[in-house]
Amino acid sequence: MMVALEVTPAWYLVLGALIFSIGAYGLMVRRNPLVMFMCVELMLNAVTLTFVTFSRMLRDTGGQSIVVFVLVVAAAEVVVGLAIIVALLRKRPHATADDVALLEG
Amino acid sequence: MTDVVWLIPALPLAGFLVLLVAGRRLGEPGAGWLATAACGGSFLATLVVYAGLLGEEEHSRSSVTTLFEWMPVGDLQVDVGFLADPLSIAMALFITGVGTLIHLYSIGYMHGDADFPKFFVYLNLFVFSMLLLVLGSNLLVTFVGWEGVGLCSYLLISFWFTDEANASAGKKAFVTNRVGDWGFLLAIFLAFATLGTVDYGELAAGAGELAGVTATAIALLLFLGATGKSAQIPLYIWLPDAMAGPTPVSALIHAATMVTGGVFLMTRVNPILAAGYDWAPDVIAWVGVVTAFVAATIAVAQNDIKKVLAYSTISQLGYMFLAVGVGAYVAAVFHMITHAFFKALLFLGSGSVIHGMGGEQDMRRMGGLRKVMPVTAATFIVGWLAIAGVPPFSGFFSKDEILLYAWGSGGAQGRALWAIGLVTALLTAYYMSRQVFMVFFGEPRWDEPVAASAGAAAADGGEAGDGTAGEAGHAEVRPHESPWQMTVPLVVLAVLSAVGEVINLPFTDDLHFLERWLHPVVGANEAHIDVATGTKWALAVGAAVLALVGILVAAAVYLRRRVRAVEPSVLAHAWYYDEAITRFAGGPGTRFFEAVAWFDAHVVDGAVNGVAALVRTGGRRLRAVQSGFVRSYALGISAGVVVLLGYFIARLYV
Amino acid sequence: MVELVVFAVAAAACLVGALGVVFSENPVHAALSLVGTLFGIAVLFVAQEANFLAAVQVIVYAGAIVVLILFVLMLLGVDRVENLRVEPLVGQRAAAAVLSLGVLALVVGALASTGYEVTGPVGELDVTVADVNRLGESLFTDYLFAFEITSVLLVIAVVGAITLARRPRGEEIVDPGQAEREAQLARRMAEAEARAGGDGAGEGEGAEEAEGAEAGAAGEAAAEEVTR
Repeated sequence: MMVALEVTPAWYLVLGALIFSIGAYGLMVRRNPLVMFMCVELMLNAVTLTFVTFSRMLRDTGGQSIVVFVLVVAAAEVVVGLAIIVALLRKRPHATADDVALLEG
Repeated sequence: MTDVVWLIPALPLAGFLVLLVAGRRLGEPGAGWLATAACGGSFLATLVVYAGLLGEEEHSRSSVTTLFEWMPVGDLQVDVGFLADPLSIAMALFITGVGTLIHLYSIGYMHGDADFPKFFVYLNLFVFSMLLLVLGSNLLVTFVGWEGVGLCSYLLISFWFTDEANASAGKKAFVTNRVGDWGFLLAIFLAFATLGTVDYGELAAGAGELAGVTATAIALLLFLGATGKSAQIPLYIWLPDAMAGPTPVSALIHAATMVTGGVFLMTRVNPILAAGYDWAPDVIAWVGVVTAFVAATIAVAQNDIKKVLAYSTISQLGYMFLAVGVGAYVAAVFHMITHAFFKALLFLGSGSVIHGMGGEQDMRRMGGLRKVMPVTAATFIVGWLAIAGVPPFSGFFSKDEILLYAWGSGGAQGRALWAIGLVTALLTAYYMSRQVFMVFFGEPRWDEPVAASAGAAAADGGEAGDGTAGEAGHAEVRPHESPWQMTVPLVVLAVLSAVGEVINLPFTDDLHFLERWLHPVVGANEAHIDVATGTKWALAVGAAVLALVGILVAAAVYLRRRVRAVEPSVLAHAWYYDEAITRFAGGPGTRFFEAVAWFDAHVVDGAVNGVAALVRTGGRRLRAVQSGFVRSYALGISAGVVVLLGYFIARLYV
Repeated sequence: MVELVVFAVAAAACLVGALGVVFSENPVHAALSLVGTLFGIAVLFVAQEANFLAAVQVIVYAGAIVVLILFVLMLLGVDRVENLRVEPLVGQRAAAAVLSLGVLALVVGALASTGYEVTGPVGELDVTVADVNRLGESLFTDYLFAFEITSVLLVIAVVGAITLARRPRGEEIVDPGQAEREAQLARRMAEAEARAGGDGAGEGEGAEEAEGAEAGAAGEAAAEEVTR
């Protein structure tokens, strides 16, 4: 006999929290700037998933609209961030995030 | 016609600016003539305003010409305005009149000086400042003028600044005056705090509402300022040293005009003085008469021709304050004017002597000069008779007026003031006669070396050596009469000294021109004395006789050599007042200020530096947070997120 | 039942992909794992009736952003394996673990505090209208201003990217403390490797790693020489 497990919105939210935490951990641990970037994307996606879930729970399209904006911001961020990384890596091909510490106090 | 009053200070200012820019190009004597013309033009403008005021009714002889708003700050509304009223115009008349003569004189006196144009730059600036002082419509404008004349005084005393003594004399004058200015400033603050205005008209109107203690405080603080500027005890010490400046400066600033600024100020604020306690004027009277007496005693034993006149000036200013103190404002102004004439004359005469003697100032090296310098000698003798109080010269009348009011102020105090004033008059006659006899009579002594026995006093006088001495060696002194630019002012001033009394002759009320003229300003607070005509005559005759006695004694001592001169060294050293101050300032004073400096260095600076050190240390610690590692920053952000989330969730359950 | 299976598969893809991003030593592998996560999330979007967003997710993220990242990786040749067993910043990894677990715990705690139920007012949604229509209406009415602003943001981003990525002409950024910091980092790296080596991994392996790191450093230096 199968236990009828119903998928509630809470599952999505917990999954989002998990992905977000993993992304945050990766951001703090990885040294390759590109991988750090991917971790930021992970976190952003966790947030969009949460937004969509809330949109469904509250029966409001606003949550989906926010996702569109998150996408745009993520795209802009990727563009600028990659430009910075390109400029950086072109100069020092194997630089890690730790090597770029010009703003050291 | 009174609205051209702005022209009075504007002309010297213009002269000053032009000379400042083009003085060197004009050179000698062009710069001197330009300055003289500026001052003379100012005199003419004053005459115009004077005529305008004469045309008005007596009670409306006061007009304020406001040039612009200076400080519209909240309740404080200060305009730059000129007050043309009988007092200020009377002052302006003799300032510009005597000033013009002294400008003219300076052309001759400063002949050949390397800084000839600069001298006239300062001189015109001085006249401008002085006119600002007397014409200002409020205390603040007067204060600007007050500081301006102080600055010019400093600049001109130190005119030959390459000599250390001259430079330090200027500094002494400046610093001493600061003490007085402190009082002046406090008085301005106090006047504004209590009356909300610094305008003379409003002050006079509001003085009646002042509490007695406030009025007394304002009056005495202003008097403190006046003692600095007018060289009264305890701040008189700068004036004798101020003789280090060129002689025309001594005549203009340190005899005729600037030093009377204090008397003018007290006269100007007479409503406040009247609103104060009764003892406030007494303080002024006593300070005045004691100064007069002390300075006269010092003058007896001075050998420097200009120092005698310097102490004489202090003494005469003491008379003026005595007059202010007993409420005889008219007499004070009267004496101020006659004093301006005869003291300027005496200074210019002494300058002529110094000029003729090639810079020599020691009277013991002079003698018999009347033969080689006839004009100087004749005019100097007129000035001497005027100051000694010999009728019918001007000094007799003005001094007698003051003594009369002192007598008439009644009570034992009035008698005491009168007696000290009378003794001072005797001393005045004595020391002035001594000077005249030593300089113009007797045997020529300019070839003789100074007696070695007179060492200390000679050093005292010689220090303030006049810079023109220069090349003229003592051995080759050939006294000669001065050029016409110098003798003309002497003659004019001699005439004025002789007949200056006509502005306020005491015989009938019709002859009280000055009193009637000043009535709108001081009439309300002028003392009214009730002295019988016979007593008046007796007092006058007594004073005249005493003057003659003084002259005769001096003649016996210094002309006939019948009596040995009494010149105790305590007097030659001016009662050791300077030494006492020096010792005090050098001993306890220095220690006190060293303690203050220690406090400043350790406590005040310590607090400031402590805060700085705290910030610096904190900054150095916090610097480590900015490691530059992006991942550390990410860690920080995460920590912040955790803390915030924890806070919000904790709030749900608490 | 279908929903449960879909969720399980998609969630597994998401989590595996996310872990892959974080723990792949090779950045190319990380990028491919990211694609897995993005697809998983797209599926979850569909499961939640956000069909349009699911399509956008695949097109923009998987199709554009990840490809862009891979492009950069390949173009610059920076697909060097990152040594994940060493951590130059002391305590960073432990702190990161604590903090990310803390975030997770607190978020889930916050969810639990509501009983996993909606607390706010629930809106009325016309289910007969397609989601793309609703989204469009929302974007161009309620969020019009934000929408306009995003266009400005994109323009600025493009300009900024061009400015940054242009080959610098003339002066270059000079890092005054570079040599010092590189030495410091190398020291920390060596210390971390010593720690990792002492922690239980075989001695020989640790030495080998150190050697490899040294070789890598030498190669890096050589590469830098060449660029100059």
